[in-house]
Amino acid sequence: MSTGTTKLDVVVSDVVPINDLVTRFHFRRRDGELLPTFSGGAHVVVEMRDGDRTRLNPYSLMGSPLDTREYTISVRRDDVGRGGSLFMHRQVKPGLEMVISYPVNLFSLDLRAKKHLMLAGGIGITPFMAQTSQLAGAGGNFELHYTCRTASLGTYADVLQQRYGNRVRLYHDDREERIDLDRLLSSQPLGTHLYVCGPAGMINWVRDRAASLGWPSETVHFEHFAAPQPGAPFDVTLALSDKTIRVGEQQSLLEAMEAAGVDPPYLCRGGVCGQCETNVISSDGKFIHNDHWLSEEDHRSGCKIMPCVSRFEGKSLVLER
Amino acid sequence: MGITFRKETFRDDYTFKNSPEHIRRFPFPFNEDAYMYAVNIEPHVVGPKGSVLENLIDVDEHYVAEMQDRALVLAEDPLRCQSLPHMTLAGWDLLELLMEQQALGYPEHFTLERNGDRWRWINRPLGIDDTFTFGDTSTLPYGPMEYITRQSQGDFCILDQRDGNLWMDAGMVTTQADWSLDFDIGMNFFEWHAPVPLAHEKGIFTRALKFLTNIQQGKPARRLNWTMTINPRLDTSPENYHKWGPDRATVTPENVGDKVHLRVELQSFWRLPRSNGIVFPIRCYLIKMDELVTQPKWARRLHRVIRDLPEELATYKGLMRYRPTLVEWLSKLDDGSPTSPGFGPD
Repeated sequence: MSTGTTKLDVVVSDVVPINDLVTRFHFRRRDGELLPTFSGGAHVVVEMRDGDRTRLNPYSLMGSPLDTREYTISVRRDDVGRGGSLFMHRQVKPGLEMVISYPVNLFSLDLRAKKHLMLAGGIGITPFMAQTSQLAGAGGNFELHYTCRTASLGTYADVLQQRYGNRVRLYHDDREERIDLDRLLSSQPLGTHLYVCGPAGMINWVRDRAASLGWPSETVHFEHFAAPQPGAPFDVTLALSDKTIRVGEQQSLLEAMEAAGVDPPYLCRGGVCGQCETNVISSDGKFIHNDHWLSEEDHRSGCKIMPCVSRFEGKSLVLER
Repeated sequence: MGITFRKETFRDDYTFKNSPEHIRRFPFPFNEDAYMYAVNIEPHVVGPKGSVLENLIDVDEHYVAEMQDRALVLAEDPLRCQSLPHMTLAGWDLLELLMEQQALGYPEHFTLERNGDRWRWINRPLGIDDTFTFGDTSTLPYGPMEYITRQSQGDFCILDQRDGNLWMDAGMVTTQADWSLDFDIGMNFFEWHAPVPLAHEKGIFTRALKFLTNIQQGKPARRLNWTMTINPRLDTSPENYHKWGPDRATVTPENVGDKVHLRVELQSFWRLPRSNGIVFPIRCYLIKMDELVTQPKWARRLHRVIRDLPEELATYKGLMRYRPTLVEWLSKLDDGSPTSPGFGPD
């Protein structure tokens, strides 16, 4: 399988339920060596072997980058998704041998920042767990605003408040607590960088307000891995490989290509990194673009598709793969 | 066993020489009888024993003399080593990389002992034995990048990655082919490559940047670059142009073999783990024509490459003044017979 990263053979060393929706998984190297050092914001791609089906999902590393004896990820259960999180929750137990990718960082801190202002929504808290550990160890200046549905679903809110006190501010939806975003963004010192990770709606809202309030785009950082969405099956012709494949309801186009022995490069599998960008040779139908990589113009043109997250509905689709 | 380090100079009396073994391991950069730019990037993996790729960070017989020359350059011009404030973490990344690689490749010369963040570094060729706290700059005599690059052959540029670009925000540059860190510091990838002819039109830099920003941890890459230098001078910087520029007018048919050097850069690219930056070591290898032509294949091929080099490239590389003399000299060693494929000598 061609990918942009090296693989790591790991064993699940612990599985810790955190609340009704989130479970934390710990990985160590099978050979007992230290894992590679990483930087706050990095993710790994976890390979899930589920019968004859392989899923590869990206998860942010949430441990301290200063401790590489183990990696930790937190997985939110998605009961209507394609089954990756359910597999993790139901089938992954301590002692299971798994394969993960080397860490890749597409959500890096800008170390020039005088202050790091972080906005998290729900499970979007995980990259900030690592980033705050990294910054705290180096005496960095940060402030974290964390929105969750209820106190009991405020994953790691207690840990963060214990570690960082009033540098962490919590907002609970069920108590009608809302970030006063305009006020927050308007009261930051010069040289502040803004980071946001959470649901798409939150990211769009924050980016939009920041732009309106005059924040330079270079100072606004965001990460949103789109999980591949299920959808109606469709057929695709891969012109270079001379193959016609069917993409199943619960399968992504990228996974269907891989199952047919065609291996486009990838890093994130979430529509962010751009590695698997594929040219469309011809199409008769409608694209369902779910990525954050292609421009709107690219989406409209129908000339490109990101097979990791996007789908197609219609009569025929021929790709340059 | 181990390397016998040569006592030699890269200035004044220019006693630099390659031993016969080092001539054969020279990274000759032409795999065919012509040269044009290409994105000639490949994975930086270990190569054959006895080649400069035997270890990913190469240490050779010139190590001690090169480090002495670097110290002389820095004493005259401290701005050859600069690190913007946000690059200190990347400096520690580089220190770890170079200590690990040198200790791994040359255990008889270098030892790294790690005990948590308490590290001991022994560099026998330079007589150094230091214990320090990893991450605490106050426990080293210099910043981490300067400390380790005073003990590592080649120039080092550390590039910060942000906004989809790479930024030259730190470096140690004393063995450069006519470019200046002090001038380029803080520039992005397109800005510092602006002077290169022809390559922009071919879209080479856009593709190269895309590749470099996707370099992954544990998967370094490399490429070769080349130029020519008169006299074995490592420090051919713009700052010192007055010291070496005029040398290009001193080439005569009698002294070509001794004065004209092929200068090859082995450039590698590594993702740094803590800072998410990229380090770009530029390792310079020099060989004089008399040494190079001991390998008849290289003599024939170099003749054809230099003779047929497009004028823009010859100008950019600063060869125009002595190219006719050099081509004439090399032509006598080229009987027109074919050369075998690949870089290596026959």
